[in-house]
Amino acid sequence: MDRMIYISMNAAQQTMLSQAANSNNLANINTTGFRADFEQFRSQPVFGEGLPSRVYSMSERPATDYQQGSVQSTGRQLDISIQGDGFLAVQGKDGREGYTRAGDLHITATGQLLTGSGLAVMGEGGPIAIPPAEKIEIGADGTITIRPIGAEVKALAVLDRIKLVKPELNNIFKDTDGLIRTKDGSNAPLDASVTVASGTIESSNVNAVGALVKMIELQRQYEMQIKMMKSADDNGAASARMLQFN
Amino acid sequence: MNQALWISKTGLDAQQTRMSVISNNLANVNTTGFKQDRAVFEDLLYQTIRLPGAQSSTNTQLPSGLMLGTGVRTVATEKMHTQGNIQQTGNAMDLAIQGRGFFQVLMPDGTLSYTRDGTFQIDATGQMVMSNGYPLEPAITIPQETLSITVGSDGSVSILQAGQPVPLILGNIELADFVNPTGLQPIGENLFKESGASGTAIVGVPGLTGLGTTIGGALETSNVNVVTELVNMIETQRAYEMNSKAISTADQMLQYATQNL
Repeated sequence: MDRMIYISMNAAQQTMLSQAANSNNLANINTTGFRADFEQFRSQPVFGEGLPSRVYSMSERPATDYQQGSVQSTGRQLDISIQGDGFLAVQGKDGREGYTRAGDLHITATGQLLTGSGLAVMGEGGPIAIPPAEKIEIGADGTITIRPIGAEVKALAVLDRIKLVKPELNNIFKDTDGLIRTKDGSNAPLDASVTVASGTIESSNVNAVGALVKMIELQRQYEMQIKMMKSADDNGAASARMLQFN
Repeated sequence: MNQALWISKTGLDAQQTRMSVISNNLANVNTTGFKQDRAVFEDLLYQTIRLPGAQSSTNTQLPSGLMLGTGVRTVATEKMHTQGNIQQTGNAMDLAIQGRGFFQVLMPDGTLSYTRDGTFQIDATGQMVMSNGYPLEPAITIPQETLSITVGSDGSVSILQAGQPVPLILGNIELADFVNPTGLQPIGENLFKESGASGTAIVGVPGLTGLGTTIGGALETSNVNVVTELVNMIETQRAYEMNSKAISTADQMLQYATQNL
């Protein structure tokens, strides 16, 4: 069979996958702390009999965009956003440490400090627990200060410090649960240079217009592949016609 | 079928939920003691199509893999228990809480509910009740021939009766506090129920043990910020439009394939 049609078919399929990745960015345009995924194509020549003229394309996610999203002011004590580079350390559902930029924190009935999606926030020595407090303040370096219930105004207690990390960008990737993890599997150390702003929240960093343009580009690219498949079909039909007896 | 269609569909769902939350906030912009809601989103699991580091040939490796996200979901709607504005009404039976705490209300089924709505009135038996008729707990009964009622910042209710020069203290309004007020379950009628997430109620005298103080002759307005909600609404609408655009694009791609092949 003609190999051209398979190459085009493969390209159309891979374009669809890219379109799915792009749609995921668009779907998460309002997800707090979401980081956009990049996608790209790579050429994969196939070696075999004859010349390596068949070059398949392959869609892949080379990296995640770690640029800062826009910061919204909410006025809520437990909302924090990270300024510049850095992440908040949380305990993933599988118990491993992961990193996120989503700082919409809340406290459970048992005093655990969780993110909006229910993951425990890590402190200097494991997940943070907060005793009943009248007021909770999160300082710029992640230090949690509380005023215990019934205590005097000046009786503030420093409780723990949220683990803020700044791993090397080339050593991290986005894991399947959406958390950022280090490639070598080690836990990043606490970094004192990361600062947070309380009362604010960081939105998704997806560039809506960029994603829409990418969507159109991928659509046209897909249509070109379909056109190629059609041409392959036409060529086949023409060859068949030539050999037909009247 | 094509993943892009379903991924965009999760986006539409999420934006639709957010829109409902915003509409509810805007509808309750003048509801006494109302607390604003916020929709919380999270990204869904990523599918690993190709692992990074897989062998592309015997001696070459793929430097990056292909991991496809599968969309977004609404994890929670969260009540924002920030203080609303205090509005002076001059009506002695109106109460506002400045700080933490909730009024306790006895429900018809004998359980307790909690509210920040302090528009109290007196029913036929002289009991202090909410606008919907549920009595305040502990019960405060105002006797007949009462000239004026004063509620102090510690919740003490005192009345002045005809012919009596000294005010009579009737009782004390108590407030309930929770470790995690966000975890309270809103049940409508400005009421909240205790839940597993909120922790048990800690009842006390207003102004003590971290509880807020009561202010007579004032009401706490809704804490919805109209401007923020309107901006959120614009953001939600555009996000919805973009996701529906993604669906129509995926649809056109498939249509093109079916028509041309």
